[in-house]
Amino acid sequence: MKVHIKVWRQTNAQSEGNFSTYPLDGVSGDMSFFEMLDSLNDNLVTEGKDPIAFDHDCREGICGTCGVFINGRAHGPIRGVTTCQLHMRSFQDGETIVVEPWRAKAFPIIRDLIVNRQSFDRVMEVGGYISINTGNAQDANAIPIAKEDADAAMDAAACIGCGACVATCKNSSAMLFVSAKVSQFALLPQGQPERSNRVKNMVDQMDEEGFGNCTNTGACEVECPKEISLVNIARMNREFLKASII
Amino acid sequence: MFPDSKIPSGPLAGKWTKHKFDLKLVNPSNKRKYDIIVVGTGLGGAAAAASFAEMGYNVKAFSYHESPRRAHSIAAQGGINAAKNYPNDGDSIFRLFYDTIKGGDYRSREANVYRLAEVSNAIIDQCVAQGIPFAREYGGLLDNRSFGGAQVSRTFYARGQTGQQLLLGAYSSLVRQMHKGKVRFYPRHEMLEPVLIDGEAKGIITRNLVTGEISSHSANAVVLATGGYGNVFFLSTNAMASNGTAAWRAYKKGAYFANPSFTQIHPTCIPVASNHQSKLTLMSESLRNDGRVWVPKKEGDDRHPTNIPEEDRDYYLERLYPSFGNLVPRDVASRRAKEMCDDGRGVGPTKLAVYLDFKDAINRIGKDQVTAKYGNLFDMYQQITGENPYNAPMRIYPAVHYTMGGIWVDYNLMTTIPGLYVLGEANFSDHGANRLGASALMQGLADGYFVIPYTIGDYLSKKLGEKVSTDHDAFKEATSNVNKRLSHLLSINGNRTVDNIHKELGLIMWNNVGMARDKDGLEKAIEKIPTLRDEFWSNVKIPGKLNELNPELEKAGRLADFLELGELMARDGLNREESCGGHFRTEFQTEDNEALRDDKNFTYVSAWEYKDDSSPPELHKEILEFENVELTTRSYK
Ligand SMILES: Cc1cc2nc3c(=O)[nH]c(=O)nc-3n(C[C@H](O)[C@H](O)[C@H](O)COP(=O)(O)OP(=O)(O)OC[C@H]3O[C@@H](n4cnc5c(N)ncnc54)[C@H](O)[C@@H]3O)c2cc1C
Ligand code: SF4
Ligand code: FES
Repeated sequence: MKVHIKVWRQTNAQSEGNFSTYPLDGVSGDMSFFEMLDSLNDNLVTEGKDPIAFDHDCREGICGTCGVFINGRAHGPIRGVTTCQLHMRSFQDGETIVVEPWRAKAFPIIRDLIVNRQSFDRVMEVGGYISINTGNAQDANAIPIAKEDADAAMDAAACIGCGACVATCKNSSAMLFVSAKVSQFALLPQGQPERSNRVKNMVDQMDEEGFGNCTNTGACEVECPKEISLVNIARMNREFLKASII
Repeated sequence: MFPDSKIPSGPLAGKWTKHKFDLKLVNPSNKRKYDIIVVGTGLGGAAAAASFAEMGYNVKAFSYHESPRRAHSIAAQGGINAAKNYPNDGDSIFRLFYDTIKGGDYRSREANVYRLAEVSNAIIDQCVAQGIPFAREYGGLLDNRSFGGAQVSRTFYARGQTGQQLLLGAYSSLVRQMHKGKVRFYPRHEMLEPVLIDGEAKGIITRNLVTGEISSHSANAVVLATGGYGNVFFLSTNAMASNGTAAWRAYKKGAYFANPSFTQIHPTCIPVASNHQSKLTLMSESLRNDGRVWVPKKEGDDRHPTNIPEEDRDYYLERLYPSFGNLVPRDVASRRAKEMCDDGRGVGPTKLAVYLDFKDAINRIGKDQVTAKYGNLFDMYQQITGENPYNAPMRIYPAVHYTMGGIWVDYNLMTTIPGLYVLGEANFSDHGANRLGASALMQGLADGYFVIPYTIGDYLSKKLGEKVSTDHDAFKEATSNVNKRLSHLLSINGNRTVDNIHKELGLIMWNNVGMARDKDGLEKAIEKIPTLRDEFWSNVKIPGKLNELNPELEKAGRLADFLELGELMARDGLNREESCGGHFRTEFQTEDNEALRDDKNFTYVSAWEYKDDSSPPELHKEILEFENVELTTRSYK
């Protein structure tokens, strides 16, 4: 099949960007979306043009490196998958596919489709951990954890840090991302000692980074490739309230 | 003479304890006087960097990724081994040691492997304390599953995302130290050269991948935890950016490269669909706990798999290996799959695949249970192939997955360059000629949390008061070499793209240095690779500039190194005139097609020393001594 790729081109953080459209022939349904971009880039390089820069690594939906807007949707048209897991069978012959980077104040554009998500790391730095030095641990089975709690913690821990939630949110809020980490630890006995400080510090840092407020629209949950639940945001709000009262 | 591998004397079980006592210590208040560079923040590097910082050292950590939460380690699915014996099925440190030595086909060091098994339990304790949500049973205790090459259940897992959870655990410890200012992390920085002063590693040269800036960084010691080099084959299960550059640059500065030809081909991957394929996707080995592998008995049986009755199916692993069945080690399972396809009994459109069938498991434990255990893998399969594995068997085929070979290190994880250490998949240390499933995560974390924090002190203690500065001429020289090389690459401006040449290299490697090797093929590779290398240096086309984000330039630098490393792999394969583990030379096999080792002549680690670009490397042999296990023919029957 043949597609037209209308893609955001921007040389660096300082420059202004714009859309360019490239036709691409010979696309097959079992090509992944990125293999389609590889093939377009191969053509561009051969013609002596700059290839389209995009972030990717594992190409199997787990590293969280990839992520672009495709036809107005974060990670494209299919629910529960990352951009790298998308295949061209999800598109029509002759279609114009619009590809844009994440857009959020806290994620400045580096080049074309690549953004800087270090703000996520800085939020993690102030509380996304349990303070345990190497070698201090007791036996792994010393504290039993109810299976439901372990499973719920795992549901939250599945976040890949891609940033689709932020990019989708009209306020560019990072609540889903931050609440996933806060929830993981709030659900586990190991997370209890630092519970209050963790949530306060992470929420403060989130504000400082320029992420917006949550107005409960729920778009983040819909677009999250790991289907992280809004329940986490509710839990974080409770945690935050509790921490503020104490 | 071969460099000292520093294996402690005394009985096996006491070696590590004794060694830790014998190592020199750095006084707690002196630790802050030392800088350590850690290149790579996957499992090995993140664990090491966090642990160093907790101990008081100053750490500079580098990764070409944007964040330490991203690294190839994150993709590990199945699990991590430890000798906890929670299931009470007879496991022990000695059994984990024994299984690993045997699984590696007796081509690894007893002392290293024993230490690995010994610290394995502490890893699980550490990870649980970090808040890693491992799978649990209803009683609240940790659950285990089985992996290939073992008859006990010793694998801990977090759904199908164990690597992700372990890496995020190590990342959490690391960010905590970043916040305290004990670790400075350099994102999107690629190390292009180690810097040696008076023969010792004292720093690195990096390129900032966003701005293109080349900079120098000094330290009292340098630790590389830069992952494996499976992408030399172009198609592999590795992440797209995984590469061998850091290891290769160390090799060219004098670090020996050990067993480069020992590559693991993983039996259960989604088969290649077409020539635009950019990578291969692994279906975790844990699937072999419940999935049954089969091909039709008859050649050319084109019926839909669900229409092939039991009596026309050949469950060949169960037939050939009644005691291990579908859970034979990877090398065995891969080779047998290839054999079935060579036999004309492969399935699917390309005939390069076998079935992995869950029908019996679904009947036995129900669809819900199967979903609970493997749901995300089933989804992944369906997403990629467009087929539903609940209704018809998966099609799988072997793919390049892991490199057992790597930079030679002694028992302290130090290379032949003093002050340069290598951890994780990038070293050669523990897996011999074949790695068992769920043992790479264990090794990466063992190296990072529980080995290097002790052993590095022995070297550093002798360097108290040492001041290293990037003003030294060695940094200027290395910087100028890096600049020259990058400018040269950009100036070629030929006709072929980097990927185009990489695919050709991959094909040479897969056909000649892949699952089955022979003298002719290996010699052909040794002849063809230099020609392709010349083609690369005269005809590659790299757009863009030096001082900007330039992914094609990054790929080109890595490919240039693969084009040298590939040749060394072929040389090593040619030298080793035996079959062992993942290294299968078709000339050396038993009557029933099992690997035929030659213990008399090849019970050694081949460690290659770089000479110069125009002479072949020199082979050194580290003879392996076995005092605690008997070298037997590996049998999984
Ligand atoms: C799909 C898949 C599934 C797997 N499943 C399992 C499993 O279930 N159990 C198991 O035990 N093992 C598994 N493995 C193997 C295991 O994941 C890896 O061997 C292990 O994670 C490697 O960890 P590492 O720390 O050595 O390297 P990596 O995780 O590869 O990290 C390398 C780091 O080095 C950095 N780096 C590299 N070169 C440079 C450079 N030149 N400059 C700067 N930074 C650099 C990278 O940015 C990265 O941070 C799996 C592997 C794959 C491919
Ligand atoms: S919550 Fe979902 S969308 Fe947001 S970063 Fe995590 S995985 Fe991505
Ligand atoms: S490239 Fe890793 S999640 Fe998409």
